[in-house]
Amino acid sequence: MEQGRARHLYVHLPFCAHRCGYCDFVTAVGREDEHDRYVDALLAELALERRLLADDVGTIFLGGGTPTFTEPAALARLLAALPSADEVTVEANPETVSPKLAALLREHGVNRVSLGAQSFQPRLLQVLERRATPADVRAAVPTLRAAGFDNLSLDLIYGIPGQSAGDLARDLDAAIAREPEHLSCYELEAKPGTRFTHAHGDELARQAEAMEGYFEIVVETLTAAGYRWYETASFCRPDSSRDLRAQHNLGYWLGRDYLGIGVGAVSTVAGLRWRNAPSVGRYVAALGGGERPPRELEPLGADVQARERILLGLRLDEPLATAGLGDALDADAIERLERRGLARLRDDGAALELTPRGRFLGGGVTAELLAEGSS
Amino acid sequence: MDQAHIRNFSIIAHIDHGKSTLADRILQLTDTVADRDMKEQLLDSMELERERGITIKAQAVRVLWKGHQLNLIDTPGHVDFTYEVSRSLQACEGALLVVDAAQGIEAQTLANAYLAIENNLEIVPLVNKIDLPQADPDGAAAEVADLIGDDADNVLRISAKTGQGVEGVLDAIVERIPAPVGDSRAPARALIFDSSYDQYRGVIAFVRVVDGRFETRDNVRAMAQGTRFEAEELGFLSPQRSPVKALEAGEVGYVVTGLKDVSKLGVGDTLTVEKRPADEPLPGYKEVKPMVFAGLFPTDSDEYPELRDALERLKLNDGALFYEPETSQALGFGFRCGFLGLLHMEIVRERLEREFDLDLLVTAPNVAYRVQPRPDAEWLEVHNPAELPNELEAVEEPYIRASVIVPKEYVGAVMELCNERRGSFDHMEYLSEERVHLVYQLPLGEIVLDFYDALKSRTRGYASFDYDMAGFQPGTLVRVDVLVAGEPVDALSLIIHREFAYDRGKLLVERLRKEIPRQFFDVAIQAAIGSRVIARETVKAKRKDVLAKCYGGDISRKRKLLEKQKKGKKRMKQVGGVEVPQEAFLAVLNLDDKR
Repeated sequence: MEQGRARHLYVHLPFCAHRCGYCDFVTAVGREDEHDRYVDALLAELALERRLLADDVGTIFLGGGTPTFTEPAALARLLAALPSADEVTVEANPETVSPKLAALLREHGVNRVSLGAQSFQPRLLQVLERRATPADVRAAVPTLRAAGFDNLSLDLIYGIPGQSAGDLARDLDAAIAREPEHLSCYELEAKPGTRFTHAHGDELARQAEAMEGYFEIVVETLTAAGYRWYETASFCRPDSSRDLRAQHNLGYWLGRDYLGIGVGAVSTVAGLRWRNAPSVGRYVAALGGGERPPRELEPLGADVQARERILLGLRLDEPLATAGLGDALDADAIERLERRGLARLRDDGAALELTPRGRFLGGGVTAELLAEGSS
Repeated sequence: MDQAHIRNFSIIAHIDHGKSTLADRILQLTDTVADRDMKEQLLDSMELERERGITIKAQAVRVLWKGHQLNLIDTPGHVDFTYEVSRSLQACEGALLVVDAAQGIEAQTLANAYLAIENNLEIVPLVNKIDLPQADPDGAAAEVADLIGDDADNVLRISAKTGQGVEGVLDAIVERIPAPVGDSRAPARALIFDSSYDQYRGVIAFVRVVDGRFETRDNVRAMAQGTRFEAEELGFLSPQRSPVKALEAGEVGYVVTGLKDVSKLGVGDTLTVEKRPADEPLPGYKEVKPMVFAGLFPTDSDEYPELRDALERLKLNDGALFYEPETSQALGFGFRCGFLGLLHMEIVRERLEREFDLDLLVTAPNVAYRVQPRPDAEWLEVHNPAELPNELEAVEEPYIRASVIVPKEYVGAVMELCNERRGSFDHMEYLSEERVHLVYQLPLGEIVLDFYDALKSRTRGYASFDYDMAGFQPGTLVRVDVLVAGEPVDALSLIIHREFAYDRGKLLVERLRKEIPRQFFDVAIQAAIGSRVIARETVKAKRKDVLAKCYGGDISRKRKLLEKQKKGKKRMKQVGGVEVPQEAFLAVLNLDDKR
């Protein structure tokens, strides 16, 4: 790999038909007339940062927003201008998936689609303010398959206000029945102070105890169906000929460099992280004038990088190599957590992994494993 | 000055009945302080005193009125400082007894008035705040007159706020309060009624010279404690320090001692001059013993040295403060501190936090216990519940004589409360047709937590309360320990009457279950007497603890979330591998909410 050049490219497309109550990504509703200018800006930023990108790009991920809500001509223009890569993923909302869109994506080198299904039940989709109907969700998969996609991912959300354990089981079954290569299952995060929490906070508090076991249900159901729980919230089919893990996200989890372009996008290259300002207007204006957009810079010291490798690496089902992490790990905590059956050292301490139970408690366990730090 | 022209007096009043305002007005009327220099309530010099409207440390100020030297000796107004009050009163020949015209007599007024009468002081009664619309000067005057056995016509009616009648007060001081009658030719004797610490000049003693005279450079000895020093400077307060060459019989003033430790010069001790010492000290000195104890621990264990330095410095100014290092398994290194009472504890804590910028964890207060481990063994004093032996022959706890004044409709409520707190009724009397004075004997241990709050809430704030220490009495007491994950938490042990042990133990573990966050495993919380478990609760293990989404490259935010989680853990104390938040250690304090 070339030094100081990223092999992973993230492209942010912020536009959505509607902003869902629970969403905390950088999004912009509608503004169809701006899509073209936004794509111009993206391509301008890409040109400015091109030297940070390796010659052989491994993965590209178009996230949002709803990338597939972008005006088709603008989207096509963007895709055509991107470098080629082994894995090119586009996030799509089920209601936007048509044979036409599927063909457009295929033609422009997209080989993986991540479908924001979230749930298969109208009542829960409504609570989430999703536009898709269960029928849209069900139809999207065959449409994409027909266009030739052999690598699909479904996103599910659990812990939705009003979702019973039975609802969750039905959602999981419905998802499994679509036979996706990959599944991402997130617990709904109700951030304090948001519109969503205001509307549903009481219901969530009431259900909190019952929902505690949902994560376990998700993992048990999907692993029983043959999926590999390879990352805290990610599952993939084992396939002897292909690695079906999300290669782009794997880049983050393994601490590799990545370039992010677009409004609010984050990049990390050679120990420096930056985040573009979240305003579409300022982003487009700056790049329209040939300038880089306003950014927040964060140099990452060796200690911070080590801590991130731990917190990201322990999300995976493969052991984390401890070489070079010495100071960032708390030896007493490791011993304590080993005693409680939550973590274990392997290969004479050369690698650290969490037990399945440790993975359910991964956040707290990782916080304990990190040595007292300055950051 | 000739003793015939000296008058030494104190002002006795309940909080907020206007003592400080009256003192301020006296300073102004006698031109001791120019109007433009007048700060509200000049005598209360500590910030905390002014905020709380109470006087913590006594001071003395000299004013001149119609050819007389008047020395106003200020007294601490609170029950915790009864001994200091009694020493201040001993330095006087008379006292102004101030009663709010709207409120009438309060428990504290009573206690201090009795102290003044015991000290044979001439009492000048006065009713203050007659300018208030709700004032009842005649009613209040009748109560006061009745209390001291005087005629209501002799009760002055004033408004310290407007100044109305204050000149009459000064005249009454001169006319009614007797002049001191010490022997000016006898060997010198002076009563220490207060002391303070000045970082440049060391300990400064405030004294009332009874006999003889003290001169600058005299070699002086404190008779009870044996401390020796040279009188570097003598003087009086007006209210700033005004040096003089000598202090003579009858006068009140200060002595700069150069001593570095305020506890070497106890309040109540007698100073004499070495070259011609007195044979007998003045009567009444006693060592002040702390009765209420609590553990003080720095929230951040790294601040232990700062806490130690702060206590050392505080002790310079507060001879009654007691502290010794304490090591708690649960809370780490700290100090077990002894206080005269609850207010004293609160003041020390606030000063540590405010003046020294410390973040403190204060354990639930407890009282001093006397313990006999075996028959015929020596009695020990125990200041920490965790140190009470499980096997013992006898244990005694301190009692108080509590004085409560309430409107008659609350008598039932007060009696009920006192009975719940193991009180025994002593007597009651009607102060007027409406107001009743109740006297109970109560274990001090039953009031240290929240008695005063409970009293206020059950009497809608009408009760006033005061107490005297009334010695030790045997008690049927047991130690209740709390075990978290099988390990005893020393900081949560409590000593309690056997009859209440079960209920309190149950309440305590219930409260702790809510305070202790869920961990990676089930945590048992038990209350036990010795090896017998009397209550149990379980904090169920967490089933999940993950940051859900982690992609899109926004790793910094996740990292910060984890660091925050980690910081939260650091603030907790490890007990048997369980992270216990600091708040849990205060659970004992709030046990009585449900009572």
